[in-house]
Amino acid sequence: MLRALLLIAALAAAPVVHAQGTIKIAVLGPMAFVQGQHHWMGAEMARDEINKAGGIAVGGRKMMLELVRADTNEILSVPDASSAVERVITRDKVDYIVGGFRTEAVLAMQEVAMDHKKLFLGVGAAHDELGMRVERDHNRYKYWFRVSPTKATDLGRTIFGVLGAVAGSIRTELKAETPKVAIVAEKAVWTEGLVKAAQANLPKMKMEVVGLWQPSAVATDVTAELSAIERAGADIVFTFVSGPVGIALGRQMGERNMKAVAFGINVEAQKDEFWGAAAGKANFVSTLDTYSEIEITPKTIAWVRAFRDRFKVSPAYTAATYDAIMLIRTAIEQAKSTKSDDLVPVLEKISYVGNGAVIEFDKRHDPIWGPGKAMGIGVQWQDGKKVAFWPPQVKGVQPFRLPSR
Amino acid sequence: MIQDILVSGLISSSVYALLAIGFSLIFGVARIVNIAHTAFYMLGAYLFYSLLVQLGINFAIAGLLAVAGVTALSLACYKLIIEPLREHESAVLISTIALAILFQELMLLFYGGHYLGIPSTMDGAVSIAGVSIAYQRFVILVVAFVMLAATWYLLNHTRLGLAIRATANDLEVANLMGMNVHHVALATVAFSAALAAIAGVVVAPVFVVDPYMWLGPLVTMLAIVVLGGLGSVKGSVIGAFIIGFVEAITVFAVPSGAFLKGAVALSIMVAVLLLRPQGLYGVVFEEER
Repeated sequence: MLRALLLIAALAAAPVVHAQGTIKIAVLGPMAFVQGQHHWMGAEMARDEINKAGGIAVGGRKMMLELVRADTNEILSVPDASSAVERVITRDKVDYIVGGFRTEAVLAMQEVAMDHKKLFLGVGAAHDELGMRVERDHNRYKYWFRVSPTKATDLGRTIFGVLGAVAGSIRTELKAETPKVAIVAEKAVWTEGLVKAAQANLPKMKMEVVGLWQPSAVATDVTAELSAIERAGADIVFTFVSGPVGIALGRQMGERNMKAVAFGINVEAQKDEFWGAAAGKANFVSTLDTYSEIEITPKTIAWVRAFRDRFKVSPAYTAATYDAIMLIRTAIEQAKSTKSDDLVPVLEKISYVGNGAVIEFDKRHDPIWGPGKAMGIGVQWQDGKKVAFWPPQVKGVQPFRLPSR
Repeated sequence: MIQDILVSGLISSSVYALLAIGFSLIFGVARIVNIAHTAFYMLGAYLFYSLLVQLGINFAIAGLLAVAGVTALSLACYKLIIEPLREHESAVLISTIALAILFQELMLLFYGGHYLGIPSTMDGAVSIAGVSIAYQRFVILVVAFVMLAATWYLLNHTRLGLAIRATANDLEVANLMGMNVHHVALATVAFSAALAAIAGVVVAPVFVVDPYMWLGPLVTMLAIVVLGGLGSVKGSVIGAFIIGFVEAITVFAVPSGAFLKGAVALSIMVAVLLLRPQGLYGVVFEEER
């Protein structure tokens, strides 16, 4: 009996012995939602690739990678997100953290991770404040790096670049010298700066702002807003939406046969499920995105195909957890150490060719924006397919299309 | 702009009316503040989605089955959870909140946090007085008005309607007069849940189906029934049209404050209650006690 008990105890202890040879990374995200699911999918791809290759080389030995899946429930509850970070650090004893999505939650999660001096590679939240904290107090926040997307200010730079191209199409095809733009922004923290920038910049870009509409992020009916936008004679519906309102907008524009084209940030339109959710009505809806089968970097096309083959969906931008984990691996192998403090200086100097961007960090630990670095792409729904139309110089992009008039 | 407001207001008001009438009926007859009422609306939309999109059942049959399924579920909930607690109003209130959250979490579990779309039954749009209206929205309007008329007929021209009105007027007297108030309550619960499910089925091809779609209408519906007077069907209809049109006016008058449409509607409710605490057609609270 005693022997049996000792055997059971030995078996129970065995995983602990193996765990000493592993590196644990927590993948944080709203796992009941697409964003969190793609956090996890991207991380799984990275883990499998690393472990298949024998693990991560740390000095003279190889360490296997173990992922800890943590549902932050951050879309519904910021406190839940903070608790999730606390839990993975104190209970699961993870070495590093990747993920996060909603700005309000990531701001809170960042604090917890910094309290514990844990390397946290953000994949999902765009608010500038996350990086500004690093600049203001490097000693405390140096463990934070943002992998994707680019910070909100840079998203703005990209979005105005793409908007210029969309306006160019309208000028050419419709002979409208000063395209009319209706701004539709859900009422949320992340849209405030973008709306102000749009109101200030559009007239300078020879576009007329015909109005600002701010529905709730969870609105499922925007017919009243669209009626008013049609009356204002808008050529472009410039969107900043992340919630289901993006689906309602696309679908109802299609149902009304609106002549205006929607472009901007529409998080729902980035997903494969968008076309079905909009009941196939959202033709010509366009948005900024991260991945498509175009040659953003030499790795993009092969990786997007591999992702699609494995999961039967296209990667959302939160699948950049793959790049986040690969960055950690590269940093560990260069530093020959697993300590967060040793990895920070390596990451600060790194130049990493990712799947959606070439990542180099600035002094705020944000990815440096620009052609050939991190910029994002413009995609448009055309007859049920999401096709990339911007940047124009990238191999594989398709022309932007306007609704027929 | 006036025609836009009329069309938008009319469509949203009619959906609100369908929801508010059911809620009022249950409160009037059984004194149940049923927070799960709009969860039945959400379940109607989900069931319709599954039958139509996942199982490929014909549109009309899928709609009928969805309404029947939700009605049956509401009866089961009433018999198993609400009826045993009916003497304890607070417990009933909390139970209905728990039920609604349970339904939400179950939908999250089975369907995930994805936003689902249901194809329209009728494609295309018509332009009336310069306002473009999708045909599908006409369906909402027609179904809503048919159901409102059916409710009016049921309440005013049938024995069941008479029993419902009598029970709503004075439950104890109705009971003393030999009426089976439990059966009346059961019938009312079924009818109310059916109305909520019908609302869910008709809006599903126009809106987005998601596990949280019950929350927004819940707040609006509560505002409507309090504005119209708790338990008053007439008040609920009028309240629905007031709130629906106020929301439409807010969107058109203050485009950048469109997200405030719910807050404006609630403010109007508060203003009316300050002047008339019992709502437009409700009984005075003191008498209630």
